[in-house]
Amino acid sequence: MIATLDPFVGLAHMLDHPFLRSAFIAGTCIALAAGLVGYVVVVRGQVFSGDALSHVAFTGALAALAFGIDLRAGLYGSCVVFAVLMVVLGRRATADDTVIGSVFAWILGLGALFLSIFTTTQSGSGAMGSNAGVDVLFGSILGLTSGQALGDAVVALGIVAVFIVIGRPLVFASLDPLVASARGVPVRALDYAFFILLGITAGVATQAVGALLLLGLLAAPAGASQRISTRPFVAVWVAAGIAVVSMWSGLTLAYLAPRVPPSFGILAVATGVYLSAFAVTWARQWRRRFRGPVTLRAGLHGS
Amino acid sequence: MTVPPLLVARIDWNISADLHQMLTQHFMVNAFRAGTVVAVLAGAIGWFMILRHQSFAGHTLAVVSFPGAAGAIWLGLSATVGYFAGSIAAALVIAAVPRSSSGRARSEESAVIGTVQAFALALGVLFVSLYGGFLDGLTGLLFGTFLGISDVQVVVLAAVAGAVLVLLAIGARPLFFATVDADVAAARGVPVRALSVAFMLLLGCAAAEVSQITGALLVFALLVMPAAAAQQISPRPVVSFGLTILLAVAVTWLSLGVAYYSAYPVGFYVSTFGFTVYVLASGGRALADRLGTRHLRGALSPGNQSGPRPGVATA
Repeated sequence: MIATLDPFVGLAHMLDHPFLRSAFIAGTCIALAAGLVGYVVVVRGQVFSGDALSHVAFTGALAALAFGIDLRAGLYGSCVVFAVLMVVLGRRATADDTVIGSVFAWILGLGALFLSIFTTTQSGSGAMGSNAGVDVLFGSILGLTSGQALGDAVVALGIVAVFIVIGRPLVFASLDPLVASARGVPVRALDYAFFILLGITAGVATQAVGALLLLGLLAAPAGASQRISTRPFVAVWVAAGIAVVSMWSGLTLAYLAPRVPPSFGILAVATGVYLSAFAVTWARQWRRRFRGPVTLRAGLHGS
Repeated sequence: MTVPPLLVARIDWNISADLHQMLTQHFMVNAFRAGTVVAVLAGAIGWFMILRHQSFAGHTLAVVSFPGAAGAIWLGLSATVGYFAGSIAAALVIAAVPRSSSGRARSEESAVIGTVQAFALALGVLFVSLYGGFLDGLTGLLFGTFLGISDVQVVVLAAVAGAVLVLLAIGARPLFFATVDADVAAARGVPVRALSVAFMLLLGCAAAEVSQITGALLVFALLVMPAAAAQQISPRPVVSFGLTILLAVAVTWLSLGVAYYSAYPVGFYVSTFGFTVYVLASGGRALADRLGTRHLRGALSPGNQSGPRPGVATA
């Protein structure tokens, strides 16, 4: 428990483990991508579609496992196809939350079926089957091989690179689509680009924190950064920063307390940051409310 | 493919004999009792939930029941207690977040709900990990199980459902008013904010009950799909309300019956049958609109093929 006494010594020892090094490399890049993309998701008020994607990611990955295909093929394939589908359908009908919710509940039900097929066909190999299902649901960042970690890092950095290129018009178009299209921003094309990015992000984040928890990695840093800064181009990087810090502290927490799943650590820190951001703004509002009438009265006296 | 032998009963296709055989199993009788109670409650609450556009919140409440149940098991308490504790606590949190109609607040609210949901699931995983190795239990909590519902659990489910339904019956009229037109209702002295908090709590109870049948992740199957289907079929509140409950009960019975004879989780069947009903209802509605059989609606609002929102039409 030297690690708890001196965090720097602990950190140095921690990175001696190859699986933790892989986890940190992949985790950092994934968190960066999720923070950036998540900010736009929250600004557009489309957390719901992120949720839908997380269900699709689960079902896609387990379908691939059940049919004996590579898990990643199912994961990325299903996420990107569904993301594009959402844009296409989103234009034709204003699908309300009932429709989306029903569709994704059914998709999740299918996922449960595939999980069951996979676990029963794999029952020869003991608990392997149900472990794979749990890994897809809740992530297995500590189980990544160095090759997988490198692959995830490259994909995530690709997302970041694309985001840097289209980030400015994308945030503009998300904040005010009408003004943006009047100014000649290709809003429609950006919609497609954004949803494809979101789909790939969902796929890569599923491997880190799991299909069920990727929503938190998208929403919590972005929600916090919206409270910290009202300037969108600052807030988007604040969100990425919070996501990365959550990832690092979550992994460290999982290292120090092995019974704590890394996904829980990551989500707990991200949620904690969001809560503190809430507390700070609430405190500020309280002070303003307290001071408000006084200044008003002073103004009246002055006139 | 090997399947767990305990789960699968053989079907003879002699329906009455099969039914009789199934109902000699005490756990199946309990499953049907619990399922019926839950379906009625889910239908009633779900109908209002859809009108209020709160299905995302309902989903979140159910999701939070998962760490509740996992935590209760870890602490050595009954999972039923955990389900209710989790959902009701989450209902209070969601109700406490001030709601407003501006775009910024809407995006904030969805971020809050998303975060609560993901954190709740993460907490559930933590409890499962601390308790140590009930992976099969984990999929049961998430995707539903109908095995091992005790007599006590049936009584608890029925008591809570009864209380919720009585409260809903008392508050139904003002709640409907407040849902359809919050501003006018507030001007008429209806306590809109209090009703909204109260409904969120009832929704929490309902979500906790539904989770115990469909699993925490598939509550939409009973909470949303029957109500959505019924509101497609009839625009009249009373008719669609009754229809919702009928559909929910039918879907539950059918799913339990099929799940008894199969190796796959009951949650899969509930969501598949629920979704089928919903798709059929939407398809039928679209077809009816296309054929112009709705003379009255056509006369009232020509050119509006999709018609007014159900419920609002009669307000």
